[in-house]
Amino acid sequence: MIKAILIFNNHGKPRLSKFYQPNSEDTQQQIIRGTFYLVSKRDENVCNFLEGRLLIGGSNNKLIYKHYAIELDILDLIHVFVETLDKCFKNVCELDLIFHVDKVHNILAEMVMGGMLLETNMNEIVTQIDTENKLEKSEAESLQPRRQRLQ
Amino acid sequence: MPAVSKGDGMRGLAVFISDIRNCKSKEAEIKRINKELANIRSKFKGDKALDGYSKKKYVCKLLFIFLLGHDIDFGHMEAVNLLSSNRYTEKQIGYLFISVLVNSNSELIRLINNAIKNDLASRNPTFMGLALHCIASVGSREMAEAFAGEIPKVLVAGDTMDSVKQSAALCLLRLYRTSSDLVPMGDWTSRVVHLLNDQHLGVVTAATSLITTLAQKNPEEFKTSVSLAVSRLSRIVTSASTDLQDYTYYFVPAPWLSVKLLRLLQCYPPPDPAVRGRLTECLETILNKAQEPPKSKKVQHSNAKNAVLFEAISLIIHHDSEPNLLVRACNQLGQFLQHRETNLRYLALESMCTLASSEFSHEAVKTHIETVINALKTERDVSVRQRAVDLLYAMCDRSNAPQIVAEMLSYLETADYSIREEIVLKVAILAEKYAVDYTWYVDTILNLIRIAGDYVSEEVWYRVIQIVINRDDVQGYAAKTVFEALQAPACHENLVKVGGYILGEFGNLIAGDPRSSPLIQFNLLHSKFHLCSVPTRALLLSTYIKFVNLFPEVKPTIQDVLRSDSQLRNADVELQQRAVEYLRLSTVASTDILATVLEEMPPFPERESSILAKLKKKKGPSTVTDLEDTKRERSVDVNGGPEPAPASTSAMSTPSPSADLLGLGAAPPAPAGPPPSSGSGGLLVDVFSDSASAVAPLAPGSEDNFARFVCKNNGVLFENQLLQIGLKSEFRQNLGRMFIFYGNKTSTQFLNFTPTLICSDDLQPHLNLQTKPVDPTVEGGAQVQQVVNIECVSDFTEAPVLSIQFRYGGTFQNVSVQLPITLNKFFQPTEMASQDFFQRWKQLSNPQQEVQNIFKAKHPMDTEVTKAKIIGFGSALLEEVDPNPANFVGAGIIHTKTTQIGCLLRLEPNLQAQMYRLTLRTSKEAVSQRLCELLSAQF
Repeated sequence: MIKAILIFNNHGKPRLSKFYQPNSEDTQQQIIRGTFYLVSKRDENVCNFLEGRLLIGGSNNKLIYKHYAIELDILDLIHVFVETLDKCFKNVCELDLIFHVDKVHNILAEMVMGGMLLETNMNEIVTQIDTENKLEKSEAESLQPRRQRLQ
Repeated sequence: MPAVSKGDGMRGLAVFISDIRNCKSKEAEIKRINKELANIRSKFKGDKALDGYSKKKYVCKLLFIFLLGHDIDFGHMEAVNLLSSNRYTEKQIGYLFISVLVNSNSELIRLINNAIKNDLASRNPTFMGLALHCIASVGSREMAEAFAGEIPKVLVAGDTMDSVKQSAALCLLRLYRTSSDLVPMGDWTSRVVHLLNDQHLGVVTAATSLITTLAQKNPEEFKTSVSLAVSRLSRIVTSASTDLQDYTYYFVPAPWLSVKLLRLLQCYPPPDPAVRGRLTECLETILNKAQEPPKSKKVQHSNAKNAVLFEAISLIIHHDSEPNLLVRACNQLGQFLQHRETNLRYLALESMCTLASSEFSHEAVKTHIETVINALKTERDVSVRQRAVDLLYAMCDRSNAPQIVAEMLSYLETADYSIREEIVLKVAILAEKYAVDYTWYVDTILNLIRIAGDYVSEEVWYRVIQIVINRDDVQGYAAKTVFEALQAPACHENLVKVGGYILGEFGNLIAGDPRSSPLIQFNLLHSKFHLCSVPTRALLLSTYIKFVNLFPEVKPTIQDVLRSDSQLRNADVELQQRAVEYLRLSTVASTDILATVLEEMPPFPERESSILAKLKKKKGPSTVTDLEDTKRERSVDVNGGPEPAPASTSAMSTPSPSADLLGLGAAPPAPAGPPPSSGSGGLLVDVFSDSASAVAPLAPGSEDNFARFVCKNNGVLFENQLLQIGLKSEFRQNLGRMFIFYGNKTSTQFLNFTPTLICSDDLQPHLNLQTKPVDPTVEGGAQVQQVVNIECVSDFTEAPVLSIQFRYGGTFQNVSVQLPITLNKFFQPTEMASQDFFQRWKQLSNPQQEVQNIFKAKHPMDTEVTKAKIIGFGSALLEEVDPNPANFVGAGIIHTKTTQIGCLLRLEPNLQAQMYRLTLRTSKEAVSQRLCELLSAQF
C-alpha cells in the first residue's frame, strides 16, 4: 500500500504531506526530512526508486519519486496527481500548493484513500472537485451578507 | 475554466500565508506563527461564540502551521465542531484537520464517530464521502468497532452511488488492515466479488484492492473472484485503446486496474484448465504487446504499458507452471536489461531474481550473466547495482560460481559502504556452497578479509575456521596461505584472528619449510600482537600455548613473552589471567599432558551455515540495508541476541576468574547455529495420527529426489518457491536420527506450520519414528529444524511420508514428500575375503534368497561413480573378490531390532549393451527384493 505522499519544492520545503499510516509527528517530520535528503542527492538519470533505509522509516519501505521540474504504476500515479492538479489549478505552481493546502488535500483524497488507489480517471476526479467547488461557491454566496454584517 | 476557484478562499488565511512567506528568517517566521497561535487561542477561548466561517478559517490556519512542521496542541475541539455544520466547506475543513492531525488514540474519537455516523446516514454522497475518508484516514480500532459492521452494507447496497461505493470499499480495506477481527465475513462477500463485473471501472479498481487483501486471509471465501478477474482482465487486454475512454491512460487501457487484477490472481494457484486457457491468452497478449512499436513516445505510455507487463511476469513466475511463458518472460526481461531507461533495468533485474529460482527458467536467466556483471560494473545508480548483486547471487550455481564470486569480489573493492557487509556474506555463502576445491574457498575468504575486513562479521571467519578444521585435505594449504597473507605489512585484524587460530592448530604442517619455521611463525604473529584489540590478543595467547605443544623448540621464547610485565601484569583481567595460567601450564605440565590438553580441535558438528542464517536475518523483505541498520544489528548480536552467544570472543572478553583454562583457551569458536526449534509443549507428536485425510499428493519430482537419497544422507529433499526442505541423517545399526530443516524462502511468515510424519498401516509395525512438534510460526527467511529418531524394528519396503501444511499469505499450502528412510540405511558393511564371499554366496543359493534384475543404464557407466554408490548404499565394496575385475561385489548386514540379515550383492556391468545385471542374495526374500529395487534405481 501507499504509506505516504509528499511534495517538496527544490529547497526541501514540504508542500504537501499525507501519511496513510499512524506515525508520531516526530517520525513524520523525520521521514519528510530523510526523504528530501535522499532524493535531492540523486542524479537526473538514475532510476526513480530508492529502497528502505532508516531515514524513510525502515527497510520495508520503498521510496518512489519523481523530479518535477515505482513501481511504474505508482510512478505514474504521481504523474496523474500532478496532471490533475494542473487541470484543477490551470498550470499548477508552488504558490497554489501553498495557498490552497485544503484543496490539494481534497484532490489527493479523490485519488488515494487509506493508502490505496481510489480513482485514476482524471475527468472523474475533476468532476468531483467541480461539484465540491460549486457547493463551496453557493455557500460562499449565502455567507456574503453575513460577513459584511460582522465587519 | 479551472476547477478550483481561487478567489473564494479565506482572505485572512491568504494574508497570513503571505506574511509567512515574506518572513526573512526562520526566527521571524516562528515569531509570526507564535503571534498567530496566540491570536487563535484567544479567539477560541473568548466569550464570543465564533461563527462557522471564523472557526473554519482559524482551524485552517492551524492546519497550515502544522504542515509547516510546527506542533499544534489545541483546536481539535473546534475542528470536531465543524463536522456537525451543514455547510460543505466547514465540514470539509473539519474533516481535513482531523484526518491530518488526530491520532487514533484521541479522546475525541467518540465525538468524531458521532458526527461520522450522522454523515453516513445522510444519504448525501458528498458528506458520505467525507465521512468515509475520515474513517480511512484515522482507521483506529474504535472506528473499526463503530463502523466495520456498517460499511459492508453501504458497499453492497443497490442504491449506493458509484463514488461512495469506491470509498466504502477502500475504507473497509483500511479497517480490515487495522482490525481484521472486527470485519465479519458474511453474505456481503459474494456480492463484493461481483463488483468485479461492475460497469464503473473506478468501482472495480477499489473492489479489486479490497478483494486482494481479503482473499489473502480467506482464500476460500473469495475463490470465485479468480474467474471473474480473468474475464475482466481479458476484456481490458483485448480492448481497443479507445474502448475504455477515460480509463485509457496514454493509449494503455486501464493500466492500474490491470495491475491490480494481476495481483489479485497472485493470491491463488493456477486456475482450472478452462479459465487457465483464457488467462494464458491474456498473458501472451501482454507479452506480445511489449514487442509492438509504442503508440506514443511519451514516457507515461511506456511506464503504464510496462507496469502491466511486469505484473504479468510476476504472475507467470508465481504460477511457475508454464515453461513457455517463463522463458518468454525471461527473454523480455533480458531485453530490458539493456534498455536505456534506468527504471526498466532496475525492475528487470528485480524480476529476474525471482525467475532465477524457477527450475524452468534458471538456465534461461543464466544466459544473461555477462549483462548483469556489466551492470554491476557500469551502472551509476546504487539501487541498480544492488539489484545486480542480488541477481548474480540468485543465478549462481556450480557452473558459474567461480566467475560470479570473482566478480563480486572485485566489485567489493569499490562497492558502496551500505551494501558491503551484505556482499561479504553473499560471497562467503557462495564460496562455501559451490566449493569443489576447498583451496579456492580458503583463498576467497582470505581475499574477502583483505578487501573488506571491516565488513567481515564474526560468522564469516568462524565459518572458515570450522571448515578448515573439519576438512583435513585443506589444512596444510590454509596454514600456508594465512602465513603468506600475514606477511603483508598491514593486515586486517580479522586476518590475524584467522591466522592465529589456523597456525595454532596446523602450523606444524608448514613448519618443515625453513621459510616458515616455528620461530618465524611465532615472530610473525607476535609482530601483530600489539596492534590488536583485547579479544584478538587473547586468541593469540591461546595460539602461543598451542605452539608450546606443537613446537617444543620455541617454548622458551614463548615463556619469555608470557612472563613479560605487559602480559603478566596486563591491566586487562582476561589477558592477565591467560598469561598467568598458560605460563604455569607450560612450566608444570609434562609433554604428555600438554599434548592432551592442547590437542587439535575435534571436528565441529555439521550444521547449517551460520552465515546463511545471518544473511537470511539481514534480508528482510527488501534488500538494501542501511549502514546504520547493519550497525544496530551488530550491536544486538554482541549484547547477546536471541541466539546463543558464540563461545569464543564473547567468552574471551568477559573477565570470569573462575572460568577454567581449558574452557577459555580451547573454546571452539562455535558459531551460533540456528536456535534449535523448541517444541512448545515438548509433547510427542502422535506421528501416526490419522491426519492422512489432508495429505497432499506427493510433490512432483519427489520420486527422483527420493532415489537420490538412497546412497547419501544429506541434501535438499524438496524445494519450491516457498519452502526448502533439507535433510541430514545418520544411522547406526538399527537406529537412526534425521534432522529435517525447513527453510522459509519468502519474506513472509508461514503460519500453522505443521509437518506430520505418516507411516502407512503396512509400514507401522516395522519402523518407529519419534519426533517433537515444531514451532507453528516460521518467520520469513528463517529455518526451523526437526529431529526424527528412527528405529528399524524389522525389514520394511515402503517409505514414510512427510506431509507439511502451513498458511502462507492467506493461502493454505500442502506439501507431501516421501522421506528417504530406506532399508539399506541400516546396513553395516562387512569386509571379507574372496573365499569367504563365495562360500556364503553358495550357502544362499535357495531360489527365494536370490533376486536378480537386468536393466538398462540410466546414467553414464563410470566405475568410480558406481563404486561410490555401492559404498553410499551401505555395503562394503569388496575388491579383488570377483574373478572379473569389471564386476562389483559387496557385502553387509542389515540390522533390525528383531534380527540381522546378511546380504551379498554383485553388479555386472555390460558396457557394450549399456546394461547391468544386479544380483542380491540375502537370507530373506523380501529383503533381497527391496534392496535390489533400491539399488537398481541408482545406475
